[in-house]
Amino acid sequence: MDDIRPVPPQNLLEVRGLTKVFGSLRACDAVDLTVEKGEIHALLGENGAGKSTLVKMLFGSLEPASGEIAWKGEAVRITNPGHARALGIGMVFQHFSLFEALSAAENIALSLDRETPIAEIAERARELSAAYGLPLDPYALVGDLSVGERQRIEIIRCLLQEPQLIILDEPTSVLTPQEADKLFVTLERLKSEGKSILYISHRLEEVKRLCDRATVLRHGKVVAHCDPRQETAASLARMMVGNEVTNAARPAPYTGEPADLLVIRGLSRKPAGPFSIPLDDISLTVRAGEVVGIAGVAGNGQGEFFEAISGEAVQDSAGIVSIRGTGVGRMGISARRLLGAAFVPEERLGHGAAPAMRLSENLLLSRYRTDHKAFLSRMGVILTGAIAAASKRIVAEMDVRKSAEDPEAAALSGGNLQKFIIGRELDRKPAVMIVNQPTWGVDAGAAARIRQALIDLARAGSAVLVISQDLDELFELSDAIAVMHNGHLSRPMPIAEATYEKVGLLMGGAEPGHVERETA
Amino acid sequence: MLSPLIALGLTLVAGAILFALLGKNPGTALYYYFIDPLTGLWDPGNRWQLHELAIKAAPLILIAVGLSVCYLSNNWNIGAEGQFIAGAVAGSFIPVIFPDFQYWFVLPLMLLMGIAGGAAYAAIPAFLKVRFNTNEILTSLMLVYVAQLFNDWLVRGPWRNPAGMSFPGTVRFHEYAILPQIWPDAGRAHWGFIFALIAAVAVWFMLSRTLKGFEVKVLGQSRRAGRFAGFSTGRMVFFAFLLSGALAGLAGISEVAGPIEALNEKISIGYGFTAIIVAFLGRLNPLGIIAAGLILALTYLGGEAAQISIGVSDKVVRAFQGMILFFVLACDTLIHYRIRVVGSQPATAAQEATHGHA
Amino acid sequence: MGTLELVLLTIATAATPLLLAAMGELVVERAGVLNLGVEGMMIMGAVSGFGAAYATGSPWLGLLAAIIVGALFSLLFAFLTLTLVTNQVATGLALTLLGLGLSGMIGERFVGLPGVKMRVLDIPVLSDLPLVGRLLFGQDPIFYISIFVVFGVSWFLFRTRAGLTLRAVGDSHKSAHALGIKVIAIRYAAVMFGGACAGMAGGYLSLVYVPQWVENMSAGRGWIALALVVFASWRPWRVLAGAYLFGGISIMQLHIQAVRLEDLAFLPRPVFWVAEVVKSIPAQFLSSLPYLATVVVLVLISRNRRLTMMNTPASLGQPFVPDR
Repeated sequence: MDDIRPVPPQNLLEVRGLTKVFGSLRACDAVDLTVEKGEIHALLGENGAGKSTLVKMLFGSLEPASGEIAWKGEAVRITNPGHARALGIGMVFQHFSLFEALSAAENIALSLDRETPIAEIAERARELSAAYGLPLDPYALVGDLSVGERQRIEIIRCLLQEPQLIILDEPTSVLTPQEADKLFVTLERLKSEGKSILYISHRLEEVKRLCDRATVLRHGKVVAHCDPRQETAASLARMMVGNEVTNAARPAPYTGEPADLLVIRGLSRKPAGPFSIPLDDISLTVRAGEVVGIAGVAGNGQGEFFEAISGEAVQDSAGIVSIRGTGVGRMGISARRLLGAAFVPEERLGHGAAPAMRLSENLLLSRYRTDHKAFLSRMGVILTGAIAAASKRIVAEMDVRKSAEDPEAAALSGGNLQKFIIGRELDRKPAVMIVNQPTWGVDAGAAARIRQALIDLARAGSAVLVISQDLDELFELSDAIAVMHNGHLSRPMPIAEATYEKVGLLMGGAEPGHVERETA
Repeated sequence: MLSPLIALGLTLVAGAILFALLGKNPGTALYYYFIDPLTGLWDPGNRWQLHELAIKAAPLILIAVGLSVCYLSNNWNIGAEGQFIAGAVAGSFIPVIFPDFQYWFVLPLMLLMGIAGGAAYAAIPAFLKVRFNTNEILTSLMLVYVAQLFNDWLVRGPWRNPAGMSFPGTVRFHEYAILPQIWPDAGRAHWGFIFALIAAVAVWFMLSRTLKGFEVKVLGQSRRAGRFAGFSTGRMVFFAFLLSGALAGLAGISEVAGPIEALNEKISIGYGFTAIIVAFLGRLNPLGIIAAGLILALTYLGGEAAQISIGVSDKVVRAFQGMILFFVLACDTLIHYRIRVVGSQPATAAQEATHGHA
Repeated sequence: MGTLELVLLTIATAATPLLLAAMGELVVERAGVLNLGVEGMMIMGAVSGFGAAYATGSPWLGLLAAIIVGALFSLLFAFLTLTLVTNQVATGLALTLLGLGLSGMIGERFVGLPGVKMRVLDIPVLSDLPLVGRLLFGQDPIFYISIFVVFGVSWFLFRTRAGLTLRAVGDSHKSAHALGIKVIAIRYAAVMFGGACAGMAGGYLSLVYVPQWVENMSAGRGWIALALVVFASWRPWRVLAGAYLFGGISIMQLHIQAVRLEDLAFLPRPVFWVAEVVKSIPAQFLSSLPYLATVVVLVLISRNRRLTMMNTPASLGQPFVPDR
């Protein structure tokens, strides 16, 4: 007779103890995760939490160091993306692999392994797009499409392979709210068909709205499995960024002359390319003796903001950016430096330093105007002795490790080059210092030294602006914290009022008023 | 340092194979190409060949030095041949149009006009690149043909020597318009060679020791770093082109006022293009270019010598020169590749894992 | 056969080598590679085409030799830029200089020798039609090949999967590589096709156009072909138009130089007066028209930065190093 014992529902995907190690860093540390059929499962975490690494292992781009992956109850080893696709795992990346000069249908055709005629693919794509509420003209050129429309191509490309698990990596980071809504309708529809979705995000409201369950990662470990609908944005934020109370050792406040050294009023910037974030009416003041931190997940406009302030992109009117009282909006970077500003960009080789030039020569890169008396003779001849001595001084001061006396910048490790670049600017004792990601890739001891140097610089009377993805760092350094999200800058919070939770909420796109409501 | 030597070595091997295929004894051929012209080195009474070497090397070095500044800053000036001609024409203006104007300052004036003419001609592709974003390789090259045709018209038309029995070419320059020889008793080498050496040292100094040289190299390596420094790519285009045009123009007028002593239709045997090879063989370093210029000049002389003694055509010289460039490029990359793989420290994967990832 | 017919025929013969070389380079650049060695490949094709035809007495074998030599010569470029990843601009120049040198050397013994000319088509009835007869049905075979190449390349690039893949490689070799497309292999094939076409163009010069061997007989056509590709915004049919436009300009200035004023006396006064003025322009100025026209055209095309960016294959000239 029929067996009427209920069969236990098979989890679509089960991950147990998955670990991935890069050198000394445990990017993923014994991660457990289960995704059921017909579930939208969120993967939450900050930068560096391990979400990307985990998902790469699921998709076959990386091999786990240890742990198991079980697909539909059977243990599998996913060796490459083709294998993942064959199993039924599809992925929509954050960064698209599209060809701008070709049409949507042609793009999709290129990623399929079969030789189906384009017209057929176009029709299938059109049907799918209509069915799932992702309207797409298959014959439109990708170059003409908005970022949201391009994402639809990636999604449809993925759906055409008929996956059962779809991994989406930060899908709404490039969408407008309206496009995001459309996407959610599509995801609900997919869920109702029994497909599962692994949704990577740092945006708390979305996760609460959309997802059935969530796994929160921090520093490579699973911090919690929860039901987002039962949580508040605040509690999710707490899980994501931690609940540390910063220890009391705050540096003594500045007691010198007050002055508004860096003033930004109404800074807006149109996107420089299709993937740039537009800046919207940013205003900020950094006073003498103050360290202001700007938090935010990567890709929310920090780079564009940095270029606007440094003068690599000039503004229309002088008053938009002021350094030490002078409107510099229309001036280039050298003029801004002459007024006492120093800039350290996020990218080292190819931006902060010229890769094939020696360290001592790289000193000149940002200081040939400001220090021309020290480093250059009257006729523009480089005083090699002077730059070598200054370079040695900086190397000693910042403990830069290198293999030769004066090597090319490209020969240094990233962290050591960063130490040199920051040291180069600190050596000038600038009145205004703007740094983007000061310590990523730098070892703990040196990072501490850099942070202390920034604090000391401020306390000596300078204004310091630090853009960072590392909340611990910002809480240690800053007198006030603002958050950049999607090209907007929040009002800075004095450090005494700031908590990880509040900042996390803002990073996740929530409004500041939210916090008050939740604690009621 | 190593790769040009390896490249030369490979060229010799390829050359030997080439000679064998042509039915000539490779050893003899190579001797006449490379050893025979240098006999003046150990035979003081026979220095004339070394002088000939200097004559051929002078324009090559002058032009290549200018090209090195262009290529280091990522400006691809291929029209040096045209700038050479422009300088020759501009500098010949006074002695041709005012042949009775014979004063000591005619020659310096000619040289200055030659420099200005070359620079002005080079300013055209520079302007087109900065203003209209037009590819400088094609524009500078098209202008070469224009310059050649213009010169051809001048020497057969309005500037032709009326007493020249309808051969193309201008009057022979008067003595005040001729570039003097350095050691007239020993050979024909003229002051153009001195100009070349001075220019090479001066530009070497500029590139390696001054802020301007720093700017040239940074803009060539990384436009973003250049922007971060506050350098202007547009200004650099003009600087590079004007400098190389000026040097090519000087080479042109030196050639015309030196060995040729008149303006005619054969003033250049392709120096502007051979100089490209010299620039790369010298690894875009003006001091290296001095050596490279002498080596390529050697191939010209060797070609003449080989033609006389063993009947190999002088066309082989062009093939040789082309091969040198090929091998230089190939060897350069091979050596760089190895160094890049062995010497560089890979960014720790930790950095890659933490930075910029969700 | 009337004067107009003759003139039109000469335009076609002037345009054909430009068309062939430009079509080859178009495919190469569509794949993202910039090969400045067209002039070198063309001249190598010319000398080997002539040599083979002379040695065997068959212009067809000469053509075959031209094509093969062009392709093999381009292999040198491909090896350096695709496998060793050398700078494409410098390597292309090197190819041209080497080609000019080698061809001069090889061709020395061919100077002055009578050429082996390719026979033109002669279809009864059709070839005798007025005006269009010779033009459409009475030309040499390579003319027809060149038109066929335009059709073929256009069909290949826009109607086949392989052509789509090639265009994708030229658009973004990174994305192509991410999708598993064999970027290097495709580029090798494209470069060799470009070499074959340039070789064929050279063979045309020494087997049909002149037909003899003269040193440096390509006279900068390879460079003009490069400019043509830019002018045509990398589209096959525009290359056809551009080749005929440039062919027209270069041949018309030759005709102007050749015609005698007396023969034009039948023209009405004002037109004759214009002809007088034009005839007084020195020959060299007229000869420089094609080159000046190239510069003008390049400036016009590149002025619109947005248009340039949209049409240029995005990865053109950029080195491709697959991550190990």
